[in-house]
Amino acid sequence: MRAIAEGLFTSDTSPRLIGGRNRASGRIVFPCPPGSDYEPWPLQREGRLWSYTIQRYRPKSPPYAGPQAFVPWAVAYVELPGECIVEARLTAVAFDAISIGMPLELTLIPLDPDAADAVMIHAFQPHGAQP
Amino acid sequence: MTDVCIVGIGIHPFGRTDGVSGLDQGVFAVRQALADAGAEWSDVQFAYGGSDAAGNPDTMVDRLGLTGLQFINVRNGCAAGGSALSSAQMAIQSGQFDIGLAVGFDKHPRGAFNAMPAEYNLPEWYGEAGYMITTQFFGAKIMRYMHDHGISPTTLGRVAEKAFRNAVHAPHAWRREPVALETIMNAPLISDPYTKFMFCSPAEGGVALILASEKKARELGKPLIRLKAATMRTRPPGSFEVFASSIDLGPTGSAARGSATRIASADAFRIAGVEPGDIDVAQLQDTEAGAEIMHMAENGFCRDGEQDAWLAEGRTEITGVLPVNTDGGCLACGEPIGASGLRQVYENVVQLRGDGGGRQVPGNPKTAYSHVYGAPGVSAVTIMER
Repeated sequence: MRAIAEGLFTSDTSPRLIGGRNRASGRIVFPCPPGSDYEPWPLQREGRLWSYTIQRYRPKSPPYAGPQAFVPWAVAYVELPGECIVEARLTAVAFDAISIGMPLELTLIPLDPDAADAVMIHAFQPHGAQP
Repeated sequence: MTDVCIVGIGIHPFGRTDGVSGLDQGVFAVRQALADAGAEWSDVQFAYGGSDAAGNPDTMVDRLGLTGLQFINVRNGCAAGGSALSSAQMAIQSGQFDIGLAVGFDKHPRGAFNAMPAEYNLPEWYGEAGYMITTQFFGAKIMRYMHDHGISPTTLGRVAEKAFRNAVHAPHAWRREPVALETIMNAPLISDPYTKFMFCSPAEGGVALILASEKKARELGKPLIRLKAATMRTRPPGSFEVFASSIDLGPTGSAARGSATRIASADAFRIAGVEPGDIDVAQLQDTEAGAEIMHMAENGFCRDGEQDAWLAEGRTEITGVLPVNTDGGCLACGEPIGASGLRQVYENVVQLRGDGGGRQVPGNPKTAYSHVYGAPGVSAVTIMER
């Protein structure tokens, strides 16, 4: 498994996003910014859907590095209580079953499901769903 | 401090003009504005020019004349035009100059804006994974707003329907055919809940405004359209902006998240000494239908959640209590970034002069408001009085 970038999530069996906590203000963000103002801060794995949309057209390349063949996907903002609201793919749920407030958990999905050695990106899915 | 007046306006039609560069569309607008003001290029003492993708504005001195004037380029995202205007106002208020130019133009490739992570100090993975998409932000922002405030999808459709209907009477607009509400609602989705008619498109165009001190304006014999406030502001903590890989939890309960728009708007009202209820016509950033809805509240014209009733009752129609986007706004004119904010001011001057023809706001409007918002959290507001 290859992560799309270093330092985005932990390599545990149940990975966690690596946010950053501002050493002075306590503000938590994702990802952890470079420099010394923020310390790495693994985020909780579970949260609730804060908002979303569906990406219905293929983004331009560059910068998009996903497959040429395009299938619409859901983009979520997920509220992690007491931490922050993170942007992520939303997976393992039909578009018409998405509802704001639904409980979600972190997972990792391939950017290109058909690639032999796909890079992995972070996503959220309904509790207990099989990606 | 002298009042600053807008004494000349010019516009190159928005949309697609093959074979004419963005810069030349700007030059076209400047010549029209000079003629409107009854001034010569050699009279112009300074200029601020905005362009995002069509080259450095100051190079237009090649076309207009090498008079040696001060010409400062402005690159401030969607607030470029507003920033140029705000700067021009200050240049005259300072007493250093009597007459100057704010100009904006652009020419974007077809299709969605193609932003690169590095331009916004974002990591490369963010673009590779497919997040450098403005329409995603627009979709997610309105989806939450509709959830929080009970706004219906039909209200989004009504905003677009109004835009195309108003633009029929605006010669500078791009899309001038009415589109039925049913067609808007049933069109393909781009980023839910928005259909293709609910987003503006990147486009081309140019706008020029000649500004003068009140004394100079009287010399030129023009009707006095006073720029009472021109503010440009950036975002506060906790705002929700485009290209955000995370956002702060925000206030609990019914408190609203802060935004650059709220700051720019409140400061403009304070500086101009008027209130939202005093405004007779408003141009509000409507890069997508929901933006107009949210900006109605962020600029203080209604409370969150009242927009369904406002649209259903036609309060923002040209004949309504607060006409909004009388020339069809970004939805019908498209968005050439450097010119878009100045188009709003152009339209307000047309309305205050009573020159709007089929789109003229009735009752001799005296106070006009304009607002732009852009990435990543910039906003510019103007208030004008006749």
